[in-house]
Amino acid sequence: MGLLSKRDSKLILDPLSDNNPITIQVLGICSALAITAELEASVVMSIAVLFVMGVGNVVISLIRNIVPSRIKIIVQLIVIATLVIIVDLVLKAYAYELSKTLSVFVGLIITNCIIMGRFEAFALANGLWRSFLDGIGNAFGYAVILVIVGFFRELLGAGTLWGYPVFGDAIDKTGLYAWGYENNGFMLLSPMALIVVGIIIWIQRSKSTHLIED
Amino acid sequence: MDIKSSLHQIKEKFKGNKFAPAFNAFHTFLYTPNDVTKGGTHIKAADDLKRTMNMVILSLVPCLLFGIFNAGYQHYAAIDAANGVIREASLFGNFINWDNFILGAIKVIPLVVVSYAVGLIVEFIFAVIKGHEVEEGYLVTGMLVPLIVPVDLPLWMLAVAVIFGVVIGKEVFGGTGMNILNPALTIRAFLFFAYPTWMSGDKVWVHGAVERMGTPEAISGETILGSYAQNQEILYSLSDMLIGYIPGSVGETSKILIILGALFLIFTKIGSWRIMLSTILGALFMGLIFNQVIDFGLITETSKFYGLMSVPYWEHLLIGSILFGAVFMATDPVTAAQTLKGKWIYGFFIGFISIMIRVFNPAYPEGVFLAILLMNVFAPTIDHYVIEANVKNRLNRLKIKSS
Repeated sequence: MGLLSKRDSKLILDPLSDNNPITIQVLGICSALAITAELEASVVMSIAVLFVMGVGNVVISLIRNIVPSRIKIIVQLIVIATLVIIVDLVLKAYAYELSKTLSVFVGLIITNCIIMGRFEAFALANGLWRSFLDGIGNAFGYAVILVIVGFFRELLGAGTLWGYPVFGDAIDKTGLYAWGYENNGFMLLSPMALIVVGIIIWIQRSKSTHLIED
Repeated sequence: MDIKSSLHQIKEKFKGNKFAPAFNAFHTFLYTPNDVTKGGTHIKAADDLKRTMNMVILSLVPCLLFGIFNAGYQHYAAIDAANGVIREASLFGNFINWDNFILGAIKVIPLVVVSYAVGLIVEFIFAVIKGHEVEEGYLVTGMLVPLIVPVDLPLWMLAVAVIFGVVIGKEVFGGTGMNILNPALTIRAFLFFAYPTWMSGDKVWVHGAVERMGTPEAISGETILGSYAQNQEILYSLSDMLIGYIPGSVGETSKILIILGALFLIFTKIGSWRIMLSTILGALFMGLIFNQVIDFGLITETSKFYGLMSVPYWEHLLIGSILFGAVFMATDPVTAAQTLKGKWIYGFFIGFISIMIRVFNPAYPEGVFLAILLMNVFAPTIDHYVIEANVKNRLNRLKIKSS
């Protein structure tokens, strides 16, 4: 990467693998459970978090020297809340159908521990450009897991991808269903999201053994 | 040279080979290995894991055989019932005969074969990857699984569930002896939540009921619990329930054979009688509470809970799978509580919660497997507090003595 120094590109690439917010830091699990039953919702959620984290980290980084530490949590919450409301309004304006199902969860971005965690751990101590890179890096790390989980849950649970039937029609018994295949209803329940995340963690740790703690 | 020594030579020759664990598994299944522990050690028992497992399988065989006959019997009985003929079951008359056996074997044997084949393949793969010997844990699980599923369950679903149960329920925790949840019940829970239409309802319990649905030859596959839950009349007599001429999962219907299996397990000291007894006590206690609620008129016949609540408390033991769960599932030595006092608490709550789920949740007409899985999770906690209490008692005793 010519554009970024080695130190900066590490900020983006680390959260994708060895310092992934979901699989390594185990943050933001709640939304990974709640919205990954459909691929589309996972992607929209990822984009929303990408926006909130990128902009939020920049804003926090800008005001980090003028905010008294006694009220810094409140200020952080205000920043996140403002950004979340922007996302919510944009969704309502341009993707109304989707916003109806996602609205609750978009509101819950505010409780996503990754965002507060990055504000606290990084943006409060670093400059603007590096905070921005850290924000989108972590958001991408979050997005990768969300999309993988959403892909498998929608494919196996509902037999569709992005709303389009992949295996054939479940009711008319065409395609795979004619052979007796049935959708796995368990995949649509949230325990299965945890198990899928667990399997991803398992695969990741068996590939890069230095991540195993003991 | 006999087979044993030639097998042993092959074993020595390929020692350290990648597939040695797979070979050794078959080898020790057939023959005692050459190097066994001999006298003078601290272990005073003559049985090893394989022997223990074989004992449990032996105690399950009667249930399996009965299940085979019952699968056929229920099918033909349901057809008769659809034609207006109500059958009177007799053991050597219309129960044990070739028609029932052939139909039952065609349905049940594949379940057993798929369960064992898939489960053991997973075990072998893990043994080869991780480089340890194949563990015997699946021998019992593989036998239990076909007994706790409906007879018409599609085989590929069973295969998927077995892979899930063995990998997620057991191998990720470190294999046999390390699992938190009972693998057989994990498999059943997976099937139940993944494919609910094949695991519950009024059709799946009798072979043929699903495929005849909506046709003129439609037959009923309702269980007793289902009838109670819908406040319907029960067509089966108490002796039917006791002997097991009732629809249900393959191997859970015959209470007499389950009790025989229980006695066998208690006699060979493999199953814990404390857990079995306390589970039954817990179930009876919860049943009594519900009966009292009915007696005091708190719940009347208009309530949807009335049917199951008004079941006499002792009859709860004869319907559903509470006995099977108490004898073969709750007593799993790995997932149950280990302390003696803990076993009483653990079992009591299994029985208590089973009947509670059975009555209160119409979506889950049977709650035994959920209750056992729940208490599996709590078993280490129970043990912890039992031990803590014991430590505290001893400390108190010490204080009294020294003061």
